[in-house]
Amino acid sequence: MKKISKFTVDYLGYVVKGSPKFYGWVAFLSMFILVWVYGNYMQLTEGMIITGLTDQVSWGIYLANFVFLVGVAAGAVTVVFPAYVYKHKAMHEVTVLGEMLAIAAVVMCLLFVIMHMGRPDRLWHILPVIGIFNWPHAILTWDVLVLNGYLVLNLIGGFYYLYKKYCHEELNKKFYLPVIYIAIVWALSIHTVTAFLLNTMPARPMWHTGMMPIRFITTAFAAGPSLIIIVFLIVRNNTRMMIKDEAINLLSQIVVWCLGIALFLTLSEVVTELYHPTEHSMGLQYLMFGYHGLNNLVPWFWGSLVAMVSGFILLLIPSIRKNYKLLPWICAMIFLGIWVEKGMGLLIPGSIPTPIGEITQYSPTFLEIANSLGNWAIGFLVLTILLKGAIGILLGDISYAKTEGGK
Amino acid sequence: MTNKKIPVTQPADQSSCSCSDAQANPACEMPDDNVSESRRGFMKDVGGLSVASLMGTAALLTNSDEAQANTEWAEWFQGNYRLMTDEEKARAVARLERRYSSEYGKKVTVDTTPAQDGVLFGYALNIQKCIGCRRCVKACVQENNQSRGEREIEWIRVLKMEKGDFSVGKMKDGYPGDFGIQVGGNAYSASGVVLEGEHYYEPEKVPDADAFYMPIACMQCEKPPCVKVCPVRTTYREPDGPVVVDYNWCIGCRMCIGACPYWARRFNWGKPNLPKEEMNPNTHYLGNRPRMKGVVEKCTFCIQRTRKGRYPACVEVCPVGARKFGNLLDPNSEVRQILAKKRVFRLKAEMNTYPKFFYFID
Ligand code: SF4
Ligand code: SF4
Repeated sequence: MKKISKFTVDYLGYVVKGSPKFYGWVAFLSMFILVWVYGNYMQLTEGMIITGLTDQVSWGIYLANFVFLVGVAAGAVTVVFPAYVYKHKAMHEVTVLGEMLAIAAVVMCLLFVIMHMGRPDRLWHILPVIGIFNWPHAILTWDVLVLNGYLVLNLIGGFYYLYKKYCHEELNKKFYLPVIYIAIVWALSIHTVTAFLLNTMPARPMWHTGMMPIRFITTAFAAGPSLIIIVFLIVRNNTRMMIKDEAINLLSQIVVWCLGIALFLTLSEVVTELYHPTEHSMGLQYLMFGYHGLNNLVPWFWGSLVAMVSGFILLLIPSIRKNYKLLPWICAMIFLGIWVEKGMGLLIPGSIPTPIGEITQYSPTFLEIANSLGNWAIGFLVLTILLKGAIGILLGDISYAKTEGGK
Repeated sequence: MTNKKIPVTQPADQSSCSCSDAQANPACEMPDDNVSESRRGFMKDVGGLSVASLMGTAALLTNSDEAQANTEWAEWFQGNYRLMTDEEKARAVARLERRYSSEYGKKVTVDTTPAQDGVLFGYALNIQKCIGCRRCVKACVQENNQSRGEREIEWIRVLKMEKGDFSVGKMKDGYPGDFGIQVGGNAYSASGVVLEGEHYYEPEKVPDADAFYMPIACMQCEKPPCVKVCPVRTTYREPDGPVVVDYNWCIGCRMCIGACPYWARRFNWGKPNLPKEEMNPNTHYLGNRPRMKGVVEKCTFCIQRTRKGRYPACVEVCPVGARKFGNLLDPNSEVRQILAKKRVFRLKAEMNTYPKFFYFID
């Protein structure tokens, strides 16, 4: 017990102290969070009317970010899986960083989904036992289960590992390994269930395709590791933590192949839908070409396609893939490309046209964007703190022996 | 199960319609719809919501007195309507009646009449007769206490369908030029729009000679996808057919809006704007009682009326008698007669939701 409280104190003491760079970064994020506070106040008092959503397009960027971030959370498995299934040594050393990323991403998911709700004050209605949990019928209840389960698994896996490191004790493999293996399978489930959330609605023909879950998983395994590569390179350049080249090289290979498959699936879908377009492919047509001058989404679609295709081609070239000056920029481009693809390229056009054939354009309001940016800022703050603490422990900056010995 | 005949007064027919202006030119009072778009790719741009409407809400919010705040606080703890015991229901209803009465300055009743055995409500609409006057839309808004003005919520939408999509005069438009191969026939109208209907039409006069009309609203599906996706089971099918929402239990996730193939559900994006003098005080818990912001609402077949043996407001007001309503379990009911004798179809039958709302022609 004493050890645990010591761990908590040391951990917290460590993560709040840092270089001017660290404080600068935190201050930068806090700016967004301040606007977020105002935006949330407005949304809670006035209602969802402060958003650009309508009865026609009633799911917007909150849910789009949610769907994307579920992918990022699942993407963390690209670190854990090679480490434990293929015993990849370089990856094994940094597994816990992947878990920290997963935690931060799930936190953002939860923020976004709560923000999407018209009555967040009634959140307790969906809790099992005290509320009514429409399980197994409603896919959203599955999503609640898998996301929270994933959060818990990563919290346990990650912090158990860190705690044992802190104490310089051996891991109890009988406890730890099952958690890791369950988390690996679980990661697939979160994005699969999120895909089912959309594609089980025949009322929305654009989403009603069996290809959705696998497309989600491939894009997740491209976007997730892209972010991880960026984070790893930042960590390498700013801390004493040495992340080996092999780890980064493996990740960039995963990105390139998953991205390739994702693009192939997109192509298959476009050909299937547009060779002989039916009414059901209106959403895709609207997305790609617009309709009678209504073309809000057209630049987003093509922009994201260009980003994904060029990212794929560039990363196919080994010399570019191993150039760590260029790599983070390409990864950022892929990450943004997939973010657009999930939001403006999938979630929003799913509601256009409406089931009765009305084309309504949607553009998020300032407050809606501010709230979304705020959620991202909170997520990055959580991520920064989690990574900082984890790295401190991995480097031995904080350990039980050290604080005890210092006395 | 005995097939009861629901006690209804006189059927609202074109000859005995209760509204006096029935025989007058239906165009005399076209309900105003603020959006007009003549082109086929119609849209409603709802990007910016006016600051004025936001301020309006703020003003409303500050009006709430303490008693009202207290009842609202108690409401927050109340359970789901279906699971309430009779005493809990009575308490919840008393609370609501108190709040509504003080809020709207009149005696408001919240009814809890349950479904009757042997009754399954059904609806049939004669698209041959509908003249697109939208009186049903307005009557529905008034009866069911929907939000008004800038935040108007309408449960019924009347789709105006153009005639002559295949007219000989337009034939030449359909042939693509340069390729020398006919690939498109004369399908010059984009096959795109799922239903070629436009519901923001604003004519001088109805019916438009070049159009016919197809009103839609909630189809009260027997296998409702909206119910299946609701994570908190706040929307469900009542034993006599209508799919209802417990507005106090809805978490506003809008899964149901995504799942409905008929675009029948509406969301209260802000606090509903329901003027005191226009508020209909005869309400049902699952029907037309005033809603709050952040919850979903939809047509309930006027549960507050039909469970008391009255017709839905839209049926009563229709000047041409295009709308018929009755008990599907009673072989002698008008709806059953229509199902037996007329040419009947369901909208989007391929969705397999089994609507209890039928369309027919004579
Ligand atoms: S029409 Fe839509 S809202 Fe009505 S019951 Fe069917 S799915 Fe539900
Ligand atoms: S918006 Fe309300 S009624 Fe619709 S699915 Fe969500 S909780 Fe259920």
